[in-house]
Amino acid sequence: MSGPSDYQPSNPALQWIERRLPIFGLIHSSFVAYPTPRNLNYWWTFGAILSFMLGMQILTGVILAMHYTPNADLAFKSVELIVRDVNYGWLLRNMHAVGASMFFVAVYVHMFRGLYYGSYKEPREVLWILGVIIYLLMMATGFMGYVLPWGQMSFWGATVITNLFSAVPYVGESIVTLLWGGYAVGNPTLNRFFSLHYLLPFVIAGVVVLHVWALHVAGQNNPDGVEPKTEKDTVPFTPHATIKDMFGVACFLLLYAWFIFYMPNYLGDADNYIPANPGVTPPHIVPEWYYLPFYAILRSIPDKLAGVIAMFGAIIILCFLPWLDTAKTRSSKYRPLAKQFFWIFVAVCILLGYLGAQPPEGIYVIAGRILTFCYFAYFLIVLPLLARIEKPRPVPNSISDAVLAKTGSRSTPMVSTAIVLALAGSLFAGSIDSAKAAEGSDKPPGNTWSFSGPFGKFDRGALQRGLKVYKEVCASCHGLSFVAFRNLAEPGGPGYSVAQAAAFASEYKVKDGPNDAGDMFERPGRPADYFPSPFANEQAARAANGGAAPPDLSLITKARSYKRGFPWFIFDVFTQYQEQGPDYVAALLQGYEDKVPEGVTLPEGSYYNKYFPGHAIKMPKPISDGQVTYDDGSPTTVAQYSKDVTTFLMWTAEPHMEARKRLGFQVFVFLIVFAGLMYFTKKKVWADSH
Amino acid sequence: MNPDASTIAAGAPIEVDLSPIAEGQDIKVFWRGKPIYISHRTKKQIDEARSVNVASLPDPQTDEARVKSGHEQWLVVIGICTHLGCIPIAHEGSYDGFFCPCHGSVYDTSGRIRQGPAPTNLAVPPYQFVSDTKIQIG
Repeated sequence: MSGPSDYQPSNPALQWIERRLPIFGLIHSSFVAYPTPRNLNYWWTFGAILSFMLGMQILTGVILAMHYTPNADLAFKSVELIVRDVNYGWLLRNMHAVGASMFFVAVYVHMFRGLYYGSYKEPREVLWILGVIIYLLMMATGFMGYVLPWGQMSFWGATVITNLFSAVPYVGESIVTLLWGGYAVGNPTLNRFFSLHYLLPFVIAGVVVLHVWALHVAGQNNPDGVEPKTEKDTVPFTPHATIKDMFGVACFLLLYAWFIFYMPNYLGDADNYIPANPGVTPPHIVPEWYYLPFYAILRSIPDKLAGVIAMFGAIIILCFLPWLDTAKTRSSKYRPLAKQFFWIFVAVCILLGYLGAQPPEGIYVIAGRILTFCYFAYFLIVLPLLARIEKPRPVPNSISDAVLAKTGSRSTPMVSTAIVLALAGSLFAGSIDSAKAAEGSDKPPGNTWSFSGPFGKFDRGALQRGLKVYKEVCASCHGLSFVAFRNLAEPGGPGYSVAQAAAFASEYKVKDGPNDAGDMFERPGRPADYFPSPFANEQAARAANGGAAPPDLSLITKARSYKRGFPWFIFDVFTQYQEQGPDYVAALLQGYEDKVPEGVTLPEGSYYNKYFPGHAIKMPKPISDGQVTYDDGSPTTVAQYSKDVTTFLMWTAEPHMEARKRLGFQVFVFLIVFAGLMYFTKKKVWADSH
Repeated sequence: MNPDASTIAAGAPIEVDLSPIAEGQDIKVFWRGKPIYISHRTKKQIDEARSVNVASLPDPQTDEARVKSGHEQWLVVIGICTHLGCIPIAHEGSYDGFFCPCHGSVYDTSGRIRQGPAPTNLAVPPYQFVSDTKIQIG
């Protein structure tokens, strides 16, 4: 992409093509001979990482679309069937869902890098603006993708985000109707979001081509912010940058795989495992984590239209960055003040993200307003002012001078350390505050689960006992509609034989038909049938249970959670703790108390449960000691029943969990070896260049 | 990309029988995919709604303008928060009206915004009384 090339392939067949379409010359000049500054650090590998992630999202997305059904009645189920029945469907889905988050992790690093090293400055303004356009397209794509599983958060996220446009004066309502294709978010909305979610990644790919083109015209910026002057300042793209990028991608893949195989639901919301219900708003609507800072800005402005303008303005302002920051020195490495304000800005963004996930009340609102001010002040006050008053340190003459002068001239990062500590401190204070606010709803006690951790496996005995408890107790009210009898004989499950599963199925009566006479009839169950639900429909379930429909239990351990709070939610990433759901379910089953604490009045037909949010649960105490007999001598106590049935329900929520963790280990061994090989190859290639 | 013919047809007016709703109770029906709250207000609730200084409200509107005269006990509003479209919960919040759990908007017994980020009152759908105990929405 940098002008005509004199490259000539040696192979005659390639020469023949080259004379007619100089594509190999283009590739050679752009990705092989292209001169790249020799002082680039690892923050520059994120461009390659992002290209890789875009390819990954498109590839997994195209395959997922082959199995997905964009219909309001079927979408949720089709996603569950992908996870349960499609070959490696669970892997595809995790790669795609986690991939979206990783894409944003990489893009934020990439953007902050550009901010720190002044990569938006002359002559790279168009390159930077193209980047902002890609980011906007990514946000739109990510949002529409999140709607497709059609869970509660999908539906209500779509409602809240599309309603943002109703703030536009005069034409707002018409715009919203146009987005919905109806009078509310519904099937037409889902259909068009699916279509656009398929289209936009290719638009992104197109803008990425422009982005790379602009990059190759202006040349890469570098940590010292001085343009390459002689040949000594650069190294050829291949092998130097190629191998370095490969190492960067390999390291990023380790992070990616950590989430795919061990924490697939950590970045999502438990509510999205509840099918969309237009009649019930979840108590606490939060967008995906990568929109949280902007959501916090939206909520901190008390006026609706002003809030929406501020939110979009927070992104659009990035386009004007090249003209807001007029300092001549590019890299913050040589700008002592800009460097410190940069880290403050990073802290502001992280704190805004934290606030975006908190309920909009009390101290959070005030903090949100202050931080929103800080966010805009950085662009509108700090950067223009610094350009005028700051005395930058002298920049090196050339890149090779900078590389040679590379000594331990590091200034102590005092300010940055102080900021990090202050950040942690305020988050901690915030969590204590919210812990106080949540007083009264006890946190479920932790349990030791056989299936936790990187090598966790289901306890077969517990699964079989849990199935018995479900069948004899829970099944009278709760369905298990995503589980088929054949699943009982599948690897990683309760360990029954195919014949045993068939025998189990035949004990059930399943409705089938119509027969030749047009009548519905009942027949014994077959392995391919699903567990029949106790009620014909939700209304019947509601009517029979005092207005509260007993939820389907197939996904209950993934659809329930409780707030972990800071700092636990950070530790959880490392300890792979993700058993909030099972802990909650097990605690709920044991949380009934006959004596209602003083000052609590229960509505009629409700029971007191220590762990149920609000404490008034419609389900009576479901199980007591000795109610279900066990053949294997396990204790017949409520504690044991709860543990067994929760283990069973964890399996029904994720029947391929053992395969996921097993494959995860293999992938990790491979990736570590691969990253090591890349590292040593990179060292060898760069040996003469440092 | 506007609504297609079948969506528009499905949005035709609906009739709702009010006789089973006791005083102090409310029901939620769906019309055009939107929840509509129909509340049978008590004397106290009506008085609360009418004793307010209208000029002090964020979106000034009298209770009389929000119900049909002769049927003051019936409040019919679209149950969609005018902030960002969540469904407020009936009989909650400090004004005994509606409370939106998403961003904390509070509406009174006339569905008027009293507190929180929502800019306007809960919308009143087009409806008329077919008989004393039946309304047609749409």
